[in-house]
Amino acid sequence: MLAFTLRRAVQAIGVMFAVGIIAFSMFRFAGDPVNQIVSIDTSAAERAIVRKSLGLDDPVPVQFVRYFADAAQFKFGVSYQFRQPVAALLMERMPATLELAICATVFAMVFGILMGVYSALKRDTVLAKLFQAVSLIGISLPTFLIGILLIYLFAVTLGWLPSFGRGEVVKLGWWTTGLLTVSGLKALIMPAITLGLFQMTLIMRLVRAEMLEVLRTDYIRFARARGLTTRAIHFGHALKNTLIPVITVAGLQFGSVIAFSIITETVFQWPGMGLLFVQAVQNVDIPIMAAYLLMVSLIFVTINLVVDILYTVVDPRLRSTVGRAA
Amino acid sequence: MTEPVLSVRDLHVEFASRRGTLRAIDGVSFDIAKGEVLGVVGESGAGKSVTGLSVIGLIDPPGRIAGGEIHLAGLRIDNLPPEEMRRIRGKRIGMIFQDPLTSLNPLYKVGDQIVETIRTHLNLSESAARRRAIDLLAEVGIPAPEKRIDGYPHEFSGGMRQRVVIALAICAEPELIIADEPTTALDVSVQAQIISLIKRLGRDHGTAVMLVTHDMGVIAETSDRVAVMYAGRVAEIGPVQDVVKNPLHPYAKGLMGAIPTLAGEDKRLVQIPGSMPRLSAIPRGCSFNPRCAFAFDRCRVERPEPLPRGAQSVACHLYDDVPAESVA
Repeated sequence: MLAFTLRRAVQAIGVMFAVGIIAFSMFRFAGDPVNQIVSIDTSAAERAIVRKSLGLDDPVPVQFVRYFADAAQFKFGVSYQFRQPVAALLMERMPATLELAICATVFAMVFGILMGVYSALKRDTVLAKLFQAVSLIGISLPTFLIGILLIYLFAVTLGWLPSFGRGEVVKLGWWTTGLLTVSGLKALIMPAITLGLFQMTLIMRLVRAEMLEVLRTDYIRFARARGLTTRAIHFGHALKNTLIPVITVAGLQFGSVIAFSIITETVFQWPGMGLLFVQAVQNVDIPIMAAYLLMVSLIFVTINLVVDILYTVVDPRLRSTVGRAA
Repeated sequence: MTEPVLSVRDLHVEFASRRGTLRAIDGVSFDIAKGEVLGVVGESGAGKSVTGLSVIGLIDPPGRIAGGEIHLAGLRIDNLPPEEMRRIRGKRIGMIFQDPLTSLNPLYKVGDQIVETIRTHLNLSESAARRRAIDLLAEVGIPAPEKRIDGYPHEFSGGMRQRVVIALAICAEPELIIADEPTTALDVSVQAQIISLIKRLGRDHGTAVMLVTHDMGVIAETSDRVAVMYAGRVAEIGPVQDVVKNPLHPYAKGLMGAIPTLAGEDKRLVQIPGSMPRLSAIPRGCSFNPRCAFAFDRCRVERPEPLPRGAQSVACHLYDDVPAESVA
């Protein structure tokens, strides 16, 4: 088990190294950073000084090692547009993004699993068919369109919910949260639904398909032959087996939720990392872009690792094969 | 004679399909007495498993019991409400399926699965149920049961898993066990152990056993009586010695002729020509007539009904009015 975790961790470090190379090469190939900093009438001599002060005249391998060593300590340089350390900018905005992503995922999991189980057990009811139809819409409509439709309906027409921003936030140390104020919660509803809708439909369809599959297995038939209650069979025996693939997908999707939050944050002007990234792209603010790339990859890699470990917790068969292989 | 544990009368099971209704079971009747083992043999698709599943009430839609009656110790069970039938399953009727590798839920410890079943049917505390589970595992021959009870199914071999399945089937002391090809998926050496285990349990607890198999060797070794099924009907039923030594129905004769013997005679094994008809194309008259060497005109028109002949009962026109002595 420990060896398995270690092996996976080493693989994760390898992936981060590769991403680091890509992030670093953005500096080399996405224009000259000096030009982004100085104005048009800066003299060549002054440009050379700036270049030297940023260490941009060193050989490429030296720059790469320096960049990587800094990144490992969460130092991502200084933003060209804000003239502030990128790490501080990201930290300031991370709570907003994480809160949004977690709420969206919880929303997606809870409703996705409930609707999936319902439509698998009551396959022929009107409601189950409605869920199927709605899930098609959820899976095929683009995120920004859903966001705009929600804003039009609930903010513009009905005026129930705010159309942008995060509402009032409360500071808890360095973390800021909107979960403790009414306006913060109200502001969270639409972005969370927008962001989570795709995952919800995905999870719902997955749960439904898996559940139908599991209900056909021999051990469910045997459980029925043993006279167990329908409730124990459906929610004890079938659901647990259904959730194994769901854990993987939901876990991996959490990474995409954070990545996709770029769009949702833009639509709702949500002050998170995604919005910061979009602004950085518009202003060719490469340190932020590179740092965002690294952050998102780190989150992805971490989630993968956690999902792998969770797997072995749920499925005893993996536990022993993993143990034996180690 | 006391009332049989299981009594099946004129059972009909139908499956609705796109091409009309298929009749999988067409008028099957038999009894199983307390402590008796009834072997049910026949080719694949003869309706053996479907008969077992209808007794325990697990025919999945689109299948349904279309006629007949099933009585368990006098209680009619084929038309019980689902919830009452559920209480009978596992408590009064235990079932053993073919493949022990897939019969157990891989995510739960075997002990938890046994305790869950015990507590569903008997009013026992968690710890009492666990003690009973350990006793059951010991009874079905699992070594070190107090340790193995916390193992997961994948940690057991196929034969050991079938023992766990049997423990699950008998955990509430059922009156009837339906074993649907319990040894087909096992190694030959393990088969004998499982068979003798089922036999012993039946004897010790006075449990009636319905043993579905296509293995004549298993039947000969285990059963008290045997029913030969063909195309959804019972062709012949009787005491196992009589049916094996002196089969009456031409199909039963064919089956017995197809058993290899160790005597080493250089005879070719007898083959029954052709194959069993599909459910959608059961021939008129006797369903066996196209494959039967003795078929005559009447067999192609009129369906033979089972008639008693000594201790046996046979559904064949050959025996309609012929005196016993003239039968070869």
